[in-house]
Amino acid sequence: MTYEELLTETALKDERIIVMTAENRALVRNIPTVLGARFVDTGITEQTMVGMAAGLALRGRIPIVHALAPFLTMRAFEFIRTDAGIAGLPVKLSGYIPGFLSDGNGPTHQAIEDVAIMRGIPGMEVYSPADEDDAVKMLPSIWAAPVPAYVRINHKKGTFVHAAYQPGKAEVVAEGKDLTLLVYGFLFDNARQAMALLEKEGLSVGLVNMRSLKPVDEEAIVRAAQGSGLLVTIEDHLQTGGLYSIVAEVLLRHRMGATEVLPLALNERWFRPGLLSQVLETEGFTPAAITSRIMRHLQFAGGVGEPSGARII
Amino acid sequence: MQSTALRVREHIIRLSAGGGCFIGASLSCVEIMVYLYTHVIRRNADEPNDPQRDYLFLSKGHDVPALYGTFVEMGWLEADRLSNHLSTQDSIYWHPNRHIAGVEFHSGSLGHLPAVAAGVALDCKLRGGQNRVVVITGDGELNEGSVWETLLVANAYGLDNLTLVVDRNQFQANIRTEELVPLEPLTDKFRAFGCEVRRIDGHDYGQLEEAFGEAMRPANGDGVIHGSGGKVKVIIADTVRGKGLPSIEARADRWFCAFSGDEVLQLLEELHGNKEAAIESETLVVR
Repeated sequence: MTYEELLTETALKDERIIVMTAENRALVRNIPTVLGARFVDTGITEQTMVGMAAGLALRGRIPIVHALAPFLTMRAFEFIRTDAGIAGLPVKLSGYIPGFLSDGNGPTHQAIEDVAIMRGIPGMEVYSPADEDDAVKMLPSIWAAPVPAYVRINHKKGTFVHAAYQPGKAEVVAEGKDLTLLVYGFLFDNARQAMALLEKEGLSVGLVNMRSLKPVDEEAIVRAAQGSGLLVTIEDHLQTGGLYSIVAEVLLRHRMGATEVLPLALNERWFRPGLLSQVLETEGFTPAAITSRIMRHLQFAGGVGEPSGARII
Repeated sequence: MQSTALRVREHIIRLSAGGGCFIGASLSCVEIMVYLYTHVIRRNADEPNDPQRDYLFLSKGHDVPALYGTFVEMGWLEADRLSNHLSTQDSIYWHPNRHIAGVEFHSGSLGHLPAVAAGVALDCKLRGGQNRVVVITGDGELNEGSVWETLLVANAYGLDNLTLVVDRNQFQANIRTEELVPLEPLTDKFRAFGCEVRRIDGHDYGQLEEAFGEAMRPANGDGVIHGSGGKVKVIIADTVRGKGLPSIEARADRWFCAFSGDEVLQLLEELHGNKEAAIESETLVVR
């Protein structure tokens, strides 16, 4: 099932759903004909779209709102925070091409702070499915909850059949004694391949698909920290405010501040634009690059953060 | 209505004591608000969530003393509660919020509620309802691009059940609009955005009645919408900031004011046509 098929099926079953877009129809190509007046394209107006979504939600609707992730979360940020957030209305935000998925567009289109700013809104939930299969498993319960939510939409075909989704819970794919990879979004696939490469090096490797970043599955993080010598956070997001920050917050809250954590993220810069495969090469997020960065870190065991390498500006 | 407006102004003046309030922008829209709640907005306080009700949104927000004063006069809010102004134990503060029964949505950040109201108006149309949706904006608020963005979209969707009332009191915060970001010719601007526009004296009930009578013709409950050609109604209500108190009318430094108890008594006298108040409190000009 695709994202659009799920959306269509859900909207046809539930009259409350209004599908909106700020003229970004990539995910909703056939919806206009199927839904008629319950499809609302406001044109290139992210602020008005989100404000209208709040008004529709006030009337009992569940607006599912589409735009490119950077424009949705940043152009309309104050509307999300003030209209959906303060009122706690069930406005469901679908951010398209987040993170590296904006590949060749350049920094204007790079949503690499979206997790940080969206989770900063009281009551806002934040999700990042690994692939289309994961999205289709997660979205029904996300859309059904009576609260605002932001989803980093990823409709790439994965190579993995995901477990059923339990609200707010991570998917623990494997547990490992030497290290655990904590990952969200489309980088899950590369992390899974990196896991296989690391195992070939003789390491015992865990892998967690975070799925829900807010609320976050604290138990999954704590268990990984207890069972592994090293946690590695992998994200196409700034190091500030994303998964690395979330994990740090959880570990401090549980008095596990001495846990060793290696962040693989973007540190204080936008990424070099290009075809996705090239971006992954350049930024060090291919399976091989993830593996070698972790191996390098292990060779400098006991050091803080990343000793060398990945800074390419 | 005139005596109601006078009592609403008394409430506003009393709210300017202690922590103060945005008195000028509240006094300018008293007639608009009293007229809307007594003659236009069909709302039953006993059924606050009736989906068939009309909606009034305050987008400028800092005119909330006029709203609460009107609520008291409508019998929707106990007068005693106004003495809780700025107490954290109640929700009567400088901007409207839904903890006060009758407030449809919170505001404070300018340029939001035209969009929220458009969403409500769209849903009313989708459900074939006869609801009227009215938004009061300030004139300074028209600096915000989101107001104009929303007008484009609302007209694209033919939301003729949506009426924007501009409290054109000529001031934004601490300066005349025409001296900072000129808005005129305002009627032309709204027309160019596809709206049906009327310009009236916002303190004249006869003109309010005429304008709203026209604007509130029953909307087509026709299930809509896109490209239907229906137009958003705009009523530009020319008003005087601080209306009713000659000592503060149309003064740039009477935007947010915190008066002493004695000054409030003097202002109440002035409101009733007696001697002008002698104000010595430093008003908070910049906020």
